[in-house]
Amino acid sequence: MNLSRKWLNEFVQIDVGDKEFAEAMTLSGSKVEGVSDLGEEIKNVVVGRILSMERHPDSDHMWVCQLDVGREEPVQIVTGAWNIHEGDLVPVAKDNSWLPGGVHITRGNLRGVKSKGMLCSLPELGLDERDFPYAAITPAAILGDYHPIDPAKPSIPADIQPGHKIFGPVVAAKVEEVTAAENGKWRCTLTYGEQDGPTAVIVKTVCPNLHAGDLAAYNTKTGTICTLDDLHAEQREFPNCRPSGIFVLREDCKPGDDIKPVTGLDDHVVEFEITPNRPDCLSVIGLAREAAATFDKPLTLHTPEVRGGGAGALAELLDVETPDADLVPRYTARMVRNVKIAPSPKWMRERLRAMGVRPINNIVDITNYVMLEYGQPMHAFDYRYVNGGKIIVRRAAEGEKLTTLDGKEHILNANHLVIADEGRAVGLAGIMGGLNSEIADDTADVVFESACFDGTCIRKGALALGMRTEASAKFEKGLDPMNTLPAVNRACELVELLGAGEVVDGVIDILNNVPQPVELTVEPDKINALLGTDIDGAEMFRIFEKLNFVSGGAQAVDPNRFTVHVPSYRGDVRRMADLAEEVARFHGYNNIPATLMRGQTTQGGYSPAQKLENRLGALCRTCGYSEIITYSFISPSAYDKILWGRDDFHRKSFKILNPLGEDTSIMRTTTLPSMLEVLGRNWNNRNKAAWLYELGRIYMPGGEDGLAMEAQILTLGAYGNGMDFFTMKGAVEALLADIQAPEVRFEACAEDPSYHPGRCAYVYSGSDIVGVFGQVHPRAAQNFGVDGELYCAELSFDELLLAQGPGRCYTPLPKYPPITRDIAVVCGEAVTVGALERAIRRGAKGLLREVSLFDVYRGKNLGEGKKSVAFSLVLRADDRSLTGEEADEDVRSILEALKQDCGAVLR
Amino acid sequence: MKEQLAKIRAEALSAFGNVRDAAALDELRVKYLGKKGELTAVLKQMGKLSAEERPAMGQLANEVRAALESALDAASEKMEAAALELKLRSETVDVTIPGKRVQVGRRHPMNTALDEIKEIFIGMGFTVLDGPEIELARLNFDRLNAEEGHPSRDWSDTFYFDTDERVMLRSQTSPMQVRAMDSMKLPIRIVAPGRVYRKDEADATHSPMFHQVEGMVIDKNVTMADLKGTLNSLAERLFGEGTVTRFRPHHFPFTEPSCEVDVQCHKCGGAGCPTCKGEGWIELLGAGMIHPHVLEMAGIDPGEWSGWAFGMGLERTAMRRFKIDDLRLIFENDVRFLEQF
Repeated sequence: MNLSRKWLNEFVQIDVGDKEFAEAMTLSGSKVEGVSDLGEEIKNVVVGRILSMERHPDSDHMWVCQLDVGREEPVQIVTGAWNIHEGDLVPVAKDNSWLPGGVHITRGNLRGVKSKGMLCSLPELGLDERDFPYAAITPAAILGDYHPIDPAKPSIPADIQPGHKIFGPVVAAKVEEVTAAENGKWRCTLTYGEQDGPTAVIVKTVCPNLHAGDLAAYNTKTGTICTLDDLHAEQREFPNCRPSGIFVLREDCKPGDDIKPVTGLDDHVVEFEITPNRPDCLSVIGLAREAAATFDKPLTLHTPEVRGGGAGALAELLDVETPDADLVPRYTARMVRNVKIAPSPKWMRERLRAMGVRPINNIVDITNYVMLEYGQPMHAFDYRYVNGGKIIVRRAAEGEKLTTLDGKEHILNANHLVIADEGRAVGLAGIMGGLNSEIADDTADVVFESACFDGTCIRKGALALGMRTEASAKFEKGLDPMNTLPAVNRACELVELLGAGEVVDGVIDILNNVPQPVELTVEPDKINALLGTDIDGAEMFRIFEKLNFVSGGAQAVDPNRFTVHVPSYRGDVRRMADLAEEVARFHGYNNIPATLMRGQTTQGGYSPAQKLENRLGALCRTCGYSEIITYSFISPSAYDKILWGRDDFHRKSFKILNPLGEDTSIMRTTTLPSMLEVLGRNWNNRNKAAWLYELGRIYMPGGEDGLAMEAQILTLGAYGNGMDFFTMKGAVEALLADIQAPEVRFEACAEDPSYHPGRCAYVYSGSDIVGVFGQVHPRAAQNFGVDGELYCAELSFDELLLAQGPGRCYTPLPKYPPITRDIAVVCGEAVTVGALERAIRRGAKGLLREVSLFDVYRGKNLGEGKKSVAFSLVLRADDRSLTGEEADEDVRSILEALKQDCGAVLR
Repeated sequence: MKEQLAKIRAEALSAFGNVRDAAALDELRVKYLGKKGELTAVLKQMGKLSAEERPAMGQLANEVRAALESALDAASEKMEAAALELKLRSETVDVTIPGKRVQVGRRHPMNTALDEIKEIFIGMGFTVLDGPEIELARLNFDRLNAEEGHPSRDWSDTFYFDTDERVMLRSQTSPMQVRAMDSMKLPIRIVAPGRVYRKDEADATHSPMFHQVEGMVIDKNVTMADLKGTLNSLAERLFGEGTVTRFRPHHFPFTEPSCEVDVQCHKCGGAGCPTCKGEGWIELLGAGMIHPHVLEMAGIDPGEWSGWAFGMGLERTAMRRFKIDDLRLIFENDVRFLEQF
């Protein structure tokens, strides 16, 4: 919401600077997003009067002007514009001046003639013709500027002389003299030869580009000077007879005046972020109320007064029906007859402009003005297109079509509310008017609609059509039904003020659902108890007084308990907490003390699961893995990329019905693609190595209440820096060892489609599978843009939590020395180290403390399909020093078990 | 004899002083103190002395022996020291050669920021609560006063899993307030961090998934002043002692009164600069006193209990904390980014 400070000052005089204003408003709850000075970019531009003009000695289209800019010495400026005359007041960008867009104007030379600045057009000041309709330029066709499209076949001979016929009644005529006439018109004295000598005529014209000496085209039949259109000429045939030029001012100003106040560019506009609970603040008056309360200044509101007296009786002219009463709490309308469509006055245009609304014409501008001032969206439609003089506010029929003012056709349904006559829709209620009832230049009778529609209905309708307008944005927040009548009256008052038409007496006002006034009791003790303050009741009373919650003064009020009347525009205030907020806002949030919580202390901290999360994360980092965070949603094709079967039941995922895109459309049931995507990104960013982990959720269907089972997965993923199967396994082992998972073992896994069938293992703790890890299947890696080896581990957090040991206890350090024996056995290729280890442990007789693999060897001397596996065995007794014989006996038993279980023999 | 001893002493001490290596020193030891050494030879003549002379001469001889032994030890020690010195010098390394690399993983900066926040609140007796991300609209919206028709429920803002708008991706961590009220005994002090989802295209400041941390207290006599005190101390812990905060009125459907808390810009100290977009303040979080209707819906009597709550965006806090200028970096997980933290 933009606010013109000039407009604000009409209701409440606030004299502080922009920064202070913004700060104070922000702290009372109207957040200021920014303040802009409309003329901020314009510097050193003043009003100048053209004292004299001469044609440039070395150019066929430039003028050398002498200007009075309020100094003793005139200033010389060269311009290429043709619409100026001696005596005109024009904006002069002096030497070293600035214009919007960072344009810097300095003195210069134009074809050898000095120019100390520039004369400005409307666009050069950041304005356009809608801001200053009188500055529109209709150029005459000046024959000296004629450039034939085909030089071989000119329509007008180059040597044409005054009196020569151009076509029909149009002749060439010489401009002898140009003087200013009324209303910005010009009086030209023309001469053109006829058979019996030159004839002189005096012609009035709107064309501002004629000067003494020019040759114009004069229509002897109509007595007018021809424009390009009159000659059916194209712009390129008269390149300098353009509908643009210098902004010739018709304002009350004098040479030397700063251009900003003259053109209304001296206003400051404050941009507010208005919270959705305060639609009343989406208006100048609403913000004026807040400003008055914030700065403790009197608020001067005015009640619109309408003289009326327009022809006819409203009841006979117009009838309104609201069959869907629940969607139309209130519908108010008035009529204006004999409308004269014209530009609105400067003050109105300036205010609209300051608030970011382009002026159009008086009637449309009035509706916008009232919307800005009252926050009540208004619509004006042409009465002649309301067939039967009947307005019906109804739900649209299924498939009903309507073309709105922006020229777009919409196909509607019963969720849309339309304004219709007996036969067809003429507007989309609360969103935009229909093209078929648009105000046109020849509109004679106008209906002003000032209604209150159901917010949700308007919001959904606007959303479905993708056309959120300023009006719909207001309606959707729920407007005050009590505002429709003052707003429509204000519109009618403005019509009369602008002389734009005759207001018909009476108002059509349908009240379907108008809220009852709300009374609340203020109990200062309770408010203080909630806020932690000690504000006395009298101060609270004063706050409610300046918020217009109290009428009739403070006589005999009990400051410990009093009643307030909530204004109709404050639908957000309904109970004690709301009142407390009002008190807090104007007492000042920053004047509330900051205290430490008292009361019963609670035992805080992490749950066992949260502790394990922290522990696993720390452990992963110790192992060299860095943490990542990935999106929980993935593309359905991610399951293809990790090579899951078409009918893999894990593909059953929560599907977002309105995703941002396919890539983020389902909730992952595996973290693997997320990890692979990140590995792939690092790979493609040419990072030599990446060791990563994430403790992230997967979302399995089938939870309570139709929700998901959200399980956490600890995912490790890595490549580079020596990463291989056993490096990854080392990390998995370290994790499980650290949490003291019991009975950890690994089993080859050839069936997980995402992994290399020969380099993948399940991790068990006891009989539970904790997870899977290994080399990512090369085809899967390729699907993520990686042609190297990727390794991943996926461990179930829930299983890790279950497997977590009971906590560490001290085991006494051995008192007696161990005996170490190394053995190497030869066995078949298919026998795993795991199986050999199991055999060793089975064969041991209670002295074996450690088994560690230290070599696997294959060689011709062993024979085809054989390998030699070497282990180091540590044997120890807790109660004595072992003898060599005891150790040997154990080793013999171990070798026996190896032979029996694995067919492995001592090498 | 006396002269002999004095001579041996003088010669030996001088020889020990000039000795160069261990072998030479050993030779000298044998020469003077050995079984066939000079001193022994002299002592062997003791028998020739009279009984009166013997004790005095014996004492003198012992003194000489002690002096020689001590000088010998000193010389030996000196030599060993010199030898060690030499050896150590030969072992000199180039200390500028890089150390052997120990690869240590890094915590993601977003979680580092979250850890700090969690620790702060745990210290104040808060429990950390986790909850579902796929959530009931009833908890995400209805129970938080955002009833049917509230704009945040629009399909343009919120991700849904069914056309009835029953199940959704939570758009805030605030449903954890409701879950805590429904499941925990009063009084309650919780923080609930987690992922939240909104339908925003990813850019430098937006992401369809981001993280928030919710905080809530319900107790008897909890006041807005308590909220201010707690959040002020949070700001100081996060951004340093003396951090200036500002409380501004704001609106959230589930708190009343509501506020937003700004922290004075660390760069310009409140004067206004590009970091704070000229405002002098940077928004930190939203908060307020729990709306009495929200309490009522959970069966908690607002006449007896009151509470406050806050919700804070974590990415923004982490970005501010670590001066990260593009939100996308957080989710890109490039190791060159991750290894900086």
